[in-house]
Amino acid sequence: MSLAEVPQTPDDGDIPLYEARKEIYPQVVHGRFRTIKWIILAITLGIYYFLPFIRWYRGPNAPDQAVLIDLANRRFYFFFIEIWPQELYYVTGLLVIAALVLFLMNAVAGRVWCGYLCPQTVWTDLFYAVERVIEGDRRERMQKASRGMWDLERIAEKILKHTLWLMIAWWTGGAWVLYFADAPTLVRELVTFQAPVVDYVWIAILTFTTYTLAGWMREQVCLYMCPWPRIQAALTDEYALNVMYRYDRGEPRMSAKKAEAARKVHEPAGDCVDCYQCVNVCPTGVDIRNGSQLGCIQCGLCIDACDNVMAKLGRPTGLIAYDTDDNAERRVRHEEPVYRIIRPRTIIYAALIALIGALMLYALTNRNNVGISALHDRNPLFVRLADGAIRNAYTIRVTNKALDARPFRLEVLGLNAPKFEVIGVPQTGANSTLIEAGPDQTRELRVLVTLPKALIAHEKMDVTFRLTDIVDGASATVRDHFFAPEGDYHHKQDEKNVH
Amino acid sequence: MAAHDTSKVDAVTGISTTGHEWDGIRELNTPLPRWWLWLFYICIVWGIGYVIAYPAWPLVSSYTRGVLGYASRDQIETDMAALKAQRGEMVARMESASLEEIRNDPKMLEVARALGKAAFGTNCAPCHGQGAQGVSVYPNLNDDQWMWGGSLEQIYQTIQYGIRNEHPDSRQGPMPAFGKDGIIPKADIPIVAAYVVTLSGRKPEGAVDLAKGQKLFAENCASCHGDNGKGNPDVGAPSLTSNIWLYGGDEKAIIETIANGRGGVMPGWAGRLEPATVKALTVYVHTLGGGQ
Repeated sequence: MSLAEVPQTPDDGDIPLYEARKEIYPQVVHGRFRTIKWIILAITLGIYYFLPFIRWYRGPNAPDQAVLIDLANRRFYFFFIEIWPQELYYVTGLLVIAALVLFLMNAVAGRVWCGYLCPQTVWTDLFYAVERVIEGDRRERMQKASRGMWDLERIAEKILKHTLWLMIAWWTGGAWVLYFADAPTLVRELVTFQAPVVDYVWIAILTFTTYTLAGWMREQVCLYMCPWPRIQAALTDEYALNVMYRYDRGEPRMSAKKAEAARKVHEPAGDCVDCYQCVNVCPTGVDIRNGSQLGCIQCGLCIDACDNVMAKLGRPTGLIAYDTDDNAERRVRHEEPVYRIIRPRTIIYAALIALIGALMLYALTNRNNVGISALHDRNPLFVRLADGAIRNAYTIRVTNKALDARPFRLEVLGLNAPKFEVIGVPQTGANSTLIEAGPDQTRELRVLVTLPKALIAHEKMDVTFRLTDIVDGASATVRDHFFAPEGDYHHKQDEKNVH
Repeated sequence: MAAHDTSKVDAVTGISTTGHEWDGIRELNTPLPRWWLWLFYICIVWGIGYVIAYPAWPLVSSYTRGVLGYASRDQIETDMAALKAQRGEMVARMESASLEEIRNDPKMLEVARALGKAAFGTNCAPCHGQGAQGVSVYPNLNDDQWMWGGSLEQIYQTIQYGIRNEHPDSRQGPMPAFGKDGIIPKADIPIVAAYVVTLSGRKPEGAVDLAKGQKLFAENCASCHGDNGKGNPDVGAPSLTSNIWLYGGDEKAIIETIANGRGGVMPGWAGRLEPATVKALTVYVHTLGGGQ
């Protein structure tokens, strides 16, 4: 049954659910923002690809990779910082700062992240560069596409392009796994096919995602998949700088010759010559002259394109520039434009970043290498001994975050003359015992505390365990309870009640 | 599809119908989305492949095994073998080491306690409780009173061969039913019980002839429990002088014990558990706190 045969309903019920993709062939452009983008691309990809190879000596008991996520041993190394799983709040703090930096960038100059720093933008930029080198610039690529011919040369080009794309994508995945193991060793293993299967699986997954997202999806990711354009639209205000078309200067559009003639007779003439250079270079295919829009990632390439044209025409540059819509209106009204980088929201964002950064730095520099936790035996809660004394047992975990083995003093505080015993460790003092914990390790100890019946004051008494690093004096304490059967102290209470 | 019959088009919506009609209501032809249909077909193909590849159909006494030969049982056996291999070195060390050596070596102690705790939870907890806290007539293993001795060797012996079972090496030693079997006249039993109460420093209820009680104790009980009631682990006679009473320490419970006797039992674990596991259990029980 063909559609033509069926009587169609009116159009209002028949709108297509999906918009067909418009092919985009961004044209090469040179200029200030293009240069900035190349530099940022080189720096960010350089960091990503080579960071795992940077060495950072920590001593004989720790890996010497500067940035390492050691999942097997549950450690995260970042230069001078080493994080244990329970210290993941440092990462939380980092993420909070990252979010605030994103907000601050947005308040100052719109979608800086989208245009210059986002991995999707950076990798897509790189993939476009490869495409341009192999298949030619915009015009050439459009011709080849419209011709639809599949001659040998075209096939060779396609194969070469996709091979290069896949190689970049493969390297992207390959670099990813290097963050999770000793990089030089893993590279050797990967090449000789001796690396764990999971590494190859992850490389394959990330090769696939990079190739698909940067090679095929491109601007579709920004337009349809990414939440940030929607969020940032809700965060922005009238003072945030955005890449915009200064319509106050550009309109009415007309050819250069007509504009010249119009200016001579003092008729209104815009600077925009409707050359479409800004649209041609745009990686998301939008027309910046339609104003701020979701599709615009604010990469500034249209600024470069327009500036080049204006320079050739002998008109001032900056027809497309970082500015605000309000300023355009002000200029229409012949008022002075207003730029307010420093305003409450930028101050608040910056202050919050500084505050959280300072807090984290303080926490990091004052990070204690000693940790202790106690777990009271739950079953039995207490044990009556042959002589009537009551004993409580605890599982105490001693944490030594230092990178060398250290002696510690473990003490029990808060109880009057208890008998204190650590299983498997000879006792060295009345209330304390010397124990050793290995480098960057925890040690679990079974600790017994016994009180004679006469000294039991309550069915639930407070007790504190203190762990002190003998080497540097750092200490940590943990509080717990000493439990006793009710009957063991009732007679004392009764006596009190009598008086 | 076949040539379209315009009579089967619904006039209101303009959508063709399936030709099905009930009381004048005609069913519109709204086919499933294509992506859905394809997923459905893929699932069918996948299902057929799965049935061929993996165990699927139950038969009368077995099941279709599938061409891949997969069985979840194999998976367990592989995992168990891997676990054994992983523990192999430590287990071998523990098998050749003495209990004393295990107890004093931090690394072996840690492994023995972990291994012992797991084995205890599986095998011993039903009677002694999850934390070895003792349940009813099954003794608390955390305290420092032992019927059969609390040294490493004594605990090892008890766990290996058990108490009062058929094994020749098991712990033997009865607490006779003095009353039921007529060894002590029924009227004298409260007198012995009253004397036993005094052994742990308490006063008996009511006035009884403690001298007679002491004499009866010396004649009937001291052979196992000792003249001063301190007990004898070789025959499983507990101390009667302490604060710990497995079967109850009040006079009534003591009378009951003397009259009817006691005889708790425990199975032996040598042969049922691996040698290293029995050693680990020994060290675990010893390090609960009461080990001597």
